[in-house]
Amino acid sequence: MSNGKMDSRLRGNDGGRENNTSASKNNSNSSLPIKTGAEIVVSTLIEQGVDTMFGYLGGVVLPLFDKLYDAPINFIIPRHEQGGCHMADGYARASGKVGVMVATSGPGACNLVTGIANAMMDSVPLVVLTGQVRTDLIGNDAFQEADTTGITRPITKHNVIVKDVNDLQQTIREAFHIAKTGRPGPVLIDIPVDVEVNKCEAKPLGEITLPGYKPQVKGHHRQITMAAEEINKSERPVLYVGGGVIAANASEELRTLAKKANIPVTMTLLGLGAYDQTQPESLDMLGMHGTAYANYAVQECDLLIAVGSRFEDRVTGKIKAFAPKAKFIHIDIDPSSISKNVIVNIPVVGDAKYILGELANEVKYKERKEWFDKIAGWKSKFPLQYDVKSPNIKPQYVIEQIWEATKNNAIIVTGVGQHQMWTAQFYKHTKPRHFITSGGLGTMGFGLPAAIGAQLAKPDMTVIDIDGDSSFNMTMNELCTAVQYELPIKVCILNNGYMGMVRQWQELFYGKRYSKSSLRNPEFAAVAEAFGAVGITVEKKSDVKNAIAKMLKEKRPCLVDFKVEREENVWPMVAAGKSLNEMDGLNIFERMA
Amino acid sequence: MKHIISALVHNRPGVLAHVAGMFAARAFNIDSLAVGRTDDPELSRMTIVVLGDDKVVEQVRKQLEKIIDVVKVQDYTLKEVIAHDLMLVCVHASAEKRHEILALVEMFKGKVVDIGQKFVMVELADGEEKLEAFINSCKPYGIKNMVRTGTVAMGRLSTPSATEEL
Repeated sequence: MSNGKMDSRLRGNDGGRENNTSASKNNSNSSLPIKTGAEIVVSTLIEQGVDTMFGYLGGVVLPLFDKLYDAPINFIIPRHEQGGCHMADGYARASGKVGVMVATSGPGACNLVTGIANAMMDSVPLVVLTGQVRTDLIGNDAFQEADTTGITRPITKHNVIVKDVNDLQQTIREAFHIAKTGRPGPVLIDIPVDVEVNKCEAKPLGEITLPGYKPQVKGHHRQITMAAEEINKSERPVLYVGGGVIAANASEELRTLAKKANIPVTMTLLGLGAYDQTQPESLDMLGMHGTAYANYAVQECDLLIAVGSRFEDRVTGKIKAFAPKAKFIHIDIDPSSISKNVIVNIPVVGDAKYILGELANEVKYKERKEWFDKIAGWKSKFPLQYDVKSPNIKPQYVIEQIWEATKNNAIIVTGVGQHQMWTAQFYKHTKPRHFITSGGLGTMGFGLPAAIGAQLAKPDMTVIDIDGDSSFNMTMNELCTAVQYELPIKVCILNNGYMGMVRQWQELFYGKRYSKSSLRNPEFAAVAEAFGAVGITVEKKSDVKNAIAKMLKEKRPCLVDFKVEREENVWPMVAAGKSLNEMDGLNIFERMA
Repeated sequence: MKHIISALVHNRPGVLAHVAGMFAARAFNIDSLAVGRTDDPELSRMTIVVLGDDKVVEQVRKQLEKIIDVVKVQDYTLKEVIAHDLMLVCVHASAEKRHEILALVEMFKGKVVDIGQKFVMVELADGEEKLEAFINSCKPYGIKNMVRTGTVAMGRLSTPSATEEL
């Protein structure tokens, strides 16, 4: 917009070299403390409740890091900014708090891009601070200059460059507010180095009012009543819940609603943990690699109640044939999620916790025997299966053994690929914030750094990264971070020597031409030992249980390299473009049974 | 179908890039985009003409509202609006044809803003159809150059919706 016109924020600081001018200009008659920009960053982070943060140094953030030197913040230095961003992401998902990451300008900021986009797609609250070159150098292709706000604009919920130290404190406060309210997401603040050094008065925390940002928390009551009426009427309802239920801390309300109205529940990948999978109402995961009983139930239901989910293509399959017999209720805090992919009958915009709570008050119990009998039939006819009698280490077997050894008492983190789908399928997710995975962006390499972040959030929990060899290869340098900070994370690599999911698609859709998808891996156990972690290699099925037991006892970071069946596939599968009831892999199970 | 969307935005660097980038990223088609300041120096007004069906325009509106620096979005699609473009046209006007062109300008309530030996420059601010009609009328004489601002719009004061306008 009006390029020649300068924002009021910029006025008075276009030189950038005139240190301290802002302070002397504004503060002559004030008793408020005078602080540098760097001091303001640190004190505002502490004010916002930050006790753990992540970051990597660089030239233009040195003033800030100098003030972090003796700050009461547990500061974690990753080995790469992407890793740091995933750590902040894992920390945020495990704790429910805002994750904070700092990086320098140019390459530091660019290295964050994958991590920020990942948090954006999965609605994870992050505040990302980047250094920037001096304000008077911006736009001149200065050393380590990149247009950070330009690069990250489409992958942040909000971003802003602060060119006047007087705006810094309020901008940081607004960033936390925006990151954690409404549909959460990453907010980036770009801070030129002179702004870190300039001084101004530190103001007390006041109310935050953003005229363009008013997330709706309470759902419209008439919509809620209409939804309740539809639920009470329906014979074959299904609750389809996504990560929004976990973000809203609404698992209890979901449980109350499902139990009270007697409705089966299926979850998206990010929704796993929102509903206890050991409960009879659970249909487990739906979608491309969902269970047959979840997919059939969705296709047969007469009412689909979507909560905190966005009808993504991996969930719906062929959108036109998705839940063809159903009316749709869609509960979401993001109005733009509603009627984006499917037109819904009853939209309810607002916070899932509030709306599910209200809804639970208005619904009645209904037996729905026919519906539950039908579902029970699918469950017994099409359970998740694999060849349990195989003498080889089946990846699903490893995951089942991890479940047996940990039950509800572990945070499970994954990379992206086949291992992720098997973990979603074969580990029984029972609690929210106990399954941490990269859903929307599908970021390989997410597992290890996210596990480090989760361990920092929950120091007393067992945190296990169930990873693939290719995923692990992408960010394995972060093992040093786990060793340095003495974090007892566990890494279980389901090592098949392939980019497994790619290989599966090549097998199914490209005539088994395994083009470029097989890797020569290092000996991961030896790599772990070299990093200072414990490394175990498992080549025999009979050693799996013992290795897991040993791993769980270990106080140091511990990696177990399971040499699994190389060409195992994830079943069932809805091929891209097919509808949910067109699953492949079911007949394989029937033959096996 | 053409839809007119009006967005009140913070007058900050990067907001135009954000809005334009969102349109590109979500594959929405912009027909025209006009930006200018408002009576409040903190705020600018963007008037965006979008091509698409109702579902697309609904998403455009929601995605615009999602941008933190966008304060308010109005969809003028189903409302009575005054929607005008400003256009400058350079028309070939030889001495013997000049009076015909001046008559045309008069008829369309335009304004001659510059005159050269062979050309006249005409300013015309009006609705889409009027501008198109004027362009068509000028074509036989030869149009040398033309520039348009893109549509700006406001709800009609005589309609009930006028009370909710900012």
